[in-house]
Amino acid sequence: MKAGPPDMLLEVHGLVTRYGRIEALKGVDLAVAEGELLALVGGNGAGKTTLLRTISGVQPAASGRIRFAGEDISRLPAARRVRLGIAQVPEGRQVFGPMSVADNLVLGGHTRTKAEIAEGIERAYTMFPILAERRLQAAGTLSGGQQQMLAIARALMARPRLLLLDEPSMGLAPLLVQEIFETVKRLKSQGVTIFLVEQNAAAALAIADRGYVIETGRITMQDSGPALLADERVKAAYLGI
Amino acid sequence: MDEFLQFLFSGLTRGSIYAIVGIGFAIVYNASHVINFAQGEFVMIGGMAAVAITTKLGLPLAAAIPLSVALAALVGVALEKFAIEPARGASVVAIIIITIGASIFIRGGVEVLVGKRDHSLPAFSGDEPIRIAGATLQPQSLWVVGALVVIVLGLRWFFGATRTGKAMLATSHNRLAAQLVGIEVRHVLLASFALAAALGALAGILTAPITLTRYDIGIMLGLKGFCAAILGGLGSPYGAVAGGLALGMAEAMTGGYVSSGYQDAVAFAIILCVLFVRPQGLFGRAGTERV
Repeated sequence: MKAGPPDMLLEVHGLVTRYGRIEALKGVDLAVAEGELLALVGGNGAGKTTLLRTISGVQPAASGRIRFAGEDISRLPAARRVRLGIAQVPEGRQVFGPMSVADNLVLGGHTRTKAEIAEGIERAYTMFPILAERRLQAAGTLSGGQQQMLAIARALMARPRLLLLDEPSMGLAPLLVQEIFETVKRLKSQGVTIFLVEQNAAAALAIADRGYVIETGRITMQDSGPALLADERVKAAYLGI
Repeated sequence: MDEFLQFLFSGLTRGSIYAIVGIGFAIVYNASHVINFAQGEFVMIGGMAAVAITTKLGLPLAAAIPLSVALAALVGVALEKFAIEPARGASVVAIIIITIGASIFIRGGVEVLVGKRDHSLPAFSGDEPIRIAGATLQPQSLWVVGALVVIVLGLRWFFGATRTGKAMLATSHNRLAAQLVGIEVRHVLLASFALAAALGALAGILTAPITLTRYDIGIMLGLKGFCAAILGGLGSPYGAVAGGLALGMAEAMTGGYVSSGYQDAVAFAIILCVLFVRPQGLFGRAGTERV
């Protein structure tokens, strides 16, 4: 597969990731351009979460390269990648349950200065007023939708250049799913580059500039969001049409 | 009545020591899910180093205490760096066995260096007992209990208000999320071992004027601290305080009213009974494994 042009923010080349002897990623190539909203769709166990975990550095790559803003980050520890500008909203939200909403946000800004944290919290509360109301409440007691908002707000505290979103709509009521996707669109309009991983392929591809389809650890299709939405194979496999 | 008061003082003193040691177990467990069985050796190192610094180097106690605590913290960091970190990815049981090996190594090293003799440290502010309602209280006991109070307040502040403390707490709640917000989990581990070792050493120094100190004193004190942490519910430093005080009290009352020969047995029996009823400890969260 051809490599992305040099102005790509994130480039992944031949990425292989293993859990023991099981190969979860079998040579993935993809690229995300600055300012783009990229969607990655695929079924259960296709390797979506593994890909995001490997990009964030919480899962080691067996081989292949990851370049971010022109720099090879394949061997960097996770914390360094956050400092470089990669933040992730992990699958299942993973908020710090017993800690308060405000503390969760402060921790999201762990790599930032005090002033930047104060400013970030201000922005988070403007974006999600419900979090301001609940700021002293333990994060674990929030509803699923509120926890998802908190997880997104926490990731934004790091002021990422690239936001990795892993299944943000999972387990949420339809109305909340809509709200989360509205949020994603709003973030894109603010200039955040977004890499969205979703099982809800229809909703993800509808807002994406470009999309990739992943199957059993390999990228099998790539095209613009609307083109993938219209594709017969995608329709049959992921949209249930 | 004055008898009871006497046992109460004794229980409070021992309990505070167990509590301080137990907090160390809880802190390391929180950061790594490892039970560090070398925790008792930090207690020994603290007491022995303080003795060596005051007698061999002739430094005053006020200087020996921070030096000994710092030395133990350094040993804690070295333990994490050279014994625990290389085994990253090994099972928790394997790492626990490594800590047992490390404790035998440290104990053996000190035995070779300074021998098997008992060593004593002078009490911080004299041996003149204080009389309260017919019972006597050693001034050193006040130091011990006071130190526990200061430590608990200090930890509240550290985990509640400082950036490093919150990062450590966050790592214990959710390691993955901690990594994803940019917390260096390896540094958190190092800090936990350093903090636990420092607390253990402090307990060792505080208790040395009361119980004397020896190369193998860490075995029993480590075990008691471990029981305090278990009793309180492993992941909770404050639980360890409650567990330690309960354990100390049970021992003192048994030793006083029944027989000092039974005090250890009764203490352990109480722990077994409590854990039958509440396996998660007094203050622990119910054990749910997230997959």
